[in-house]
Amino acid sequence: MKNVVIVGGGIAGVETACALAECGNRVTIIEKSDKIGGKLNRWYCLFPDFKKASDLKKYLEEKISKFDIEIKLNSEVEKAERNGNIWYVYTGNVRYAADAVVLSTGYELFDATRKEELGYKIYDNVITQGDLEEKFKTGNFKTTFGENPKRVAIVHCVGSRDEKCHNLYCSKVCCVTGVKQAIELSKMLPETQIFCYYMDLRMYDKHFEELYRTAQEHHNIQFIRGRVSEVSQTPDNRLAIKTEDTLSGRPMKMKLDMLVLLAGIDTKKHNSKVAEIFGVEREESGFLKSKDFHIGAGILSQQGVFASGCCISPMSIKETIENARSSALQINQYLKTL
Amino acid sequence: MDFGFSPIEARTIDFDKMDGRILKYVLQYEPSLLVCLSCGGCTATCSAGNLTDFNIRRIQLMLRRGEVENLQTEINKCMLCGKCLLICPRGVNLRNVVMLIKKALTLYKTENHAI
Amino acid sequence: MQFSDYFYYPFLLGSLYLFAVVAWRFVKWFAGLSKIDKIRVRKGLLTKKTWDSIVESVREGLLHFKMFRVNKLLGYMHMSLAFGWFLLIVVGHVETSLYYHSSFFPFHHSIFFRYYVTEPTDYVGHVFFEYAMEFLLLFVLSGVMLAYFKRFRSKSFGMKKTTRMRYGDHIALTALWLIFPLRFFCETFNAGIYGNGSPFFNGIGQFFASFINLETFKNPLWFSYSLALGVFFVAMPYTRYMHIPAEINFIFLRNWGVKLKKRVNTYTMAEVYSCSRCGVCIDACQLNHAGIKNSQSVYVLKNIRNKNLTDEVLFNCLLCGKCQEVCPVGIDVNDLRITQRIETTLQYNSSYDYLNLKESEAKKTDIVYFAGCMTHLTPAIKQSMLKILKLSGDNFWFMDENKAPCCGRPLMLAGQFDAAQKLIDNNQKLILASGAKTLVVSCPICYKVFKEDYMMPDVDVKMHTEYILNLVEKGRLKLKQSTQTAVYHDPCELGRGSGMYELPRELLKKSVTLKPMENEREKAYCCGGSLANMKISMDERSVISEQAMREFSTYKPDFVVTSCPLCKKTFAKTDILTVKDIAEVVVENLEI
Repeated sequence: MKNVVIVGGGIAGVETACALAECGNRVTIIEKSDKIGGKLNRWYCLFPDFKKASDLKKYLEEKISKFDIEIKLNSEVEKAERNGNIWYVYTGNVRYAADAVVLSTGYELFDATRKEELGYKIYDNVITQGDLEEKFKTGNFKTTFGENPKRVAIVHCVGSRDEKCHNLYCSKVCCVTGVKQAIELSKMLPETQIFCYYMDLRMYDKHFEELYRTAQEHHNIQFIRGRVSEVSQTPDNRLAIKTEDTLSGRPMKMKLDMLVLLAGIDTKKHNSKVAEIFGVEREESGFLKSKDFHIGAGILSQQGVFASGCCISPMSIKETIENARSSALQINQYLKTL
Repeated sequence: MDFGFSPIEARTIDFDKMDGRILKYVLQYEPSLLVCLSCGGCTATCSAGNLTDFNIRRIQLMLRRGEVENLQTEINKCMLCGKCLLICPRGVNLRNVVMLIKKALTLYKTENHAI
Repeated sequence: MQFSDYFYYPFLLGSLYLFAVVAWRFVKWFAGLSKIDKIRVRKGLLTKKTWDSIVESVREGLLHFKMFRVNKLLGYMHMSLAFGWFLLIVVGHVETSLYYHSSFFPFHHSIFFRYYVTEPTDYVGHVFFEYAMEFLLLFVLSGVMLAYFKRFRSKSFGMKKTTRMRYGDHIALTALWLIFPLRFFCETFNAGIYGNGSPFFNGIGQFFASFINLETFKNPLWFSYSLALGVFFVAMPYTRYMHIPAEINFIFLRNWGVKLKKRVNTYTMAEVYSCSRCGVCIDACQLNHAGIKNSQSVYVLKNIRNKNLTDEVLFNCLLCGKCQEVCPVGIDVNDLRITQRIETTLQYNSSYDYLNLKESEAKKTDIVYFAGCMTHLTPAIKQSMLKILKLSGDNFWFMDENKAPCCGRPLMLAGQFDAAQKLIDNNQKLILASGAKTLVVSCPICYKVFKEDYMMPDVDVKMHTEYILNLVEKGRLKLKQSTQTAVYHDPCELGRGSGMYELPRELLKKSVTLKPMENEREKAYCCGGSLANMKISMDERSVISEQAMREFSTYKPDFVVTSCPLCKKTFAKTDILTVKDIAEVVVENLEI
């Protein structure tokens, strides 16, 4: 029986753990927060089918309870060292010996305060998609004026595809998240006008494209091709944004009650500590560096250290689960060679 | 033969007759212009664009499509304030582009310089 | 005819040629000055300014005080060569005068004294002069040795070099390097033959005599010495060594009040020729971090002189002024560069015909607040300023809340002064029409141009720091001391550009603990975002800001404070430390 330590108990971590346990390995999950599920805890509904995030979490919890997997909550890896094929992972005053380590540390939402011109934490009623999910959960959309917003704009690509924050990559899932949120919002607040400001809409999955069409057809979401570059406050304390409607080639101003920033997937700071502890290479973008793009995803630069989920590349939940399962298979093969 | 209609010349970009000399001159010194993705961030924040119909994003398109007739009038509207530099998600050095276009136009006009 | 009739000719011809060329250049430079500058020179001639210039010439031209401050070794090298050589000439002349009991003797006799005077002497103090002259020669030689070492080291260790030299520079440098070793051999050989030196040089001469025939080499050596001097003098006007006379000329002109103009004139050339290419500016330049190694001030001055300045070099400069701060000669490198920019872009200044702001657009007010273009991209600064202005109770008008022309400074940094003037005219008209007595700005780029180039004698232009500090001192705003620590970054345009170093610190100290840094005030870094550099890529900018931010983080502050929206935005991009504007810090620590 081989031992596996999994760092991070989000979707990728749990799914990888279950798959590896099913193959007969003894698995330990080290999770820094007080519950498993990771970012899933933050979302209300998931794209593209509006499945409740809590349902998916229930699935994960039920699945993991079937296996004898040790879940160490509120713990972080402090040190790790390799001796031959064995990795010693230290957390608190416990030392785990592992034949393989899986990093599934995920990501954090881009810190939108870094795009100062968009006014996050400067102006009231500028929020991120994460904050909006909280509002979905509570059903309270009231702005600081105590009213439901009459006009909302959703800004795509905040902290993604942006040289100004050194994040040149596309976070891939924000586009569809924005469209999903626009639809949800329009369902809950039918009177509200909703605008999506985008540079390119990347609806890469067949269901996503349908969602986009639905948003246009049934929810009257307006899509404006232009990057928002300035946010200010009007004398009556509403928000005003400046953009260019690039399709008509003219600058555009709009007054708003709420601005939602689709913060990208950021792993630069988030993964720096764990990458250092295990001595694994990272890409310039901050994601953990896989051995090969096509056939080596999740195989890192250190022997016996693997990765799954968003710490290697932006992924949707569906892709994360697929990736976790395939990584588990790959890791199991490695364990057999030991 | 008259079919009763003809394409309106002025509305068609004739790529084969394109005047690419200024574009070539600019790219020689400022290749960052190549990576523009036409997001319009620059135009939205533009100080000159706030006061007149100046559209800095379109300058790049005008160069690429060889629409150089109005370039002189357009480019002179820029105030070089540099806000576009701080916004551009691709890091295009637009202030240099503007100065290079101005210079290229001068060379082109005064010396019949091969641009 | 004997050898002695000929050997000094190269020296004599060379020095006459040098004198003629330098005199011709000085006359030409003076003739090219504007009328006002000429009057300044004439009025300054018999004042203390001339005396100051003499003192400064000795201090900087001979002793090289400023150079010492930058780099002791480099200072010593220049000082030993310049001051040592000067003393050799002066003391040599005194020695010769004493020997001949007259000041009237052939000029070259004092230079080649030991050649002419071979018999034992008994003039007053001859022992002292023997020792003194030999000591001075060794003093100069030590400088020459350092020069050898510097060039050797910079090549072998791949360190920054001053310049790639031109043909003429090589000849002059070789000649210069040979002059003093040759003189050393001439004098020791003569001492070996005639015993006309001090016991020290006589001893060295006898040591040489033990293995070579001194008589054979003596005359060729003296001729070589004269030739080296001659070649150096002839080459000097065409090489960087022209800086020796040019610097003295520059010191006098500057002290008499001659100023750089917006266009190139002969004073520009007088400054350009004063550059010794010591390379101190290269080390101060942050572009090095980004791997830009051809556009530092020394290269630009050289390119101006050689008439091969390209836009790529001219515009690849942050105009941060760090090099100007350390320049031992005090050349106005920033203004020189701007002048060149004006010249090259003169043909394409914009007229901004679309701008016709009406005076009626101005709002009658006491205080005009001009946020500036950049502040609109840093809403935290804008909001803080608006809050402070509202709390102050002053009657204010937010002039560029919705739209306003740029202040004009970015155009000026690009050399477009005529175009900038159009913007200045428009803004000025509005500000004057508002009837305001105070103009508050939150951007040092705007501050500099409002202060220096707008003609608004009745309007007090205030940086937001000044305005806020005034409010605090009058008790109209109350600040509380927090436990936070910070480092203050001096923006180029505010610090070196406008000399405002202390006010921001004074204000900050009322609410946070400021940690002193090594590189601050005059030595402060540029954030890398400077609008003056038209050529630098965003990646290169990032390298410069990251280098500065990493150094800030070694002081472990809670945050970095600056007073420029552009610095803030540029530094924030690095995501190394939190960056705040001074106005934000004030608002955070308000006691209401």
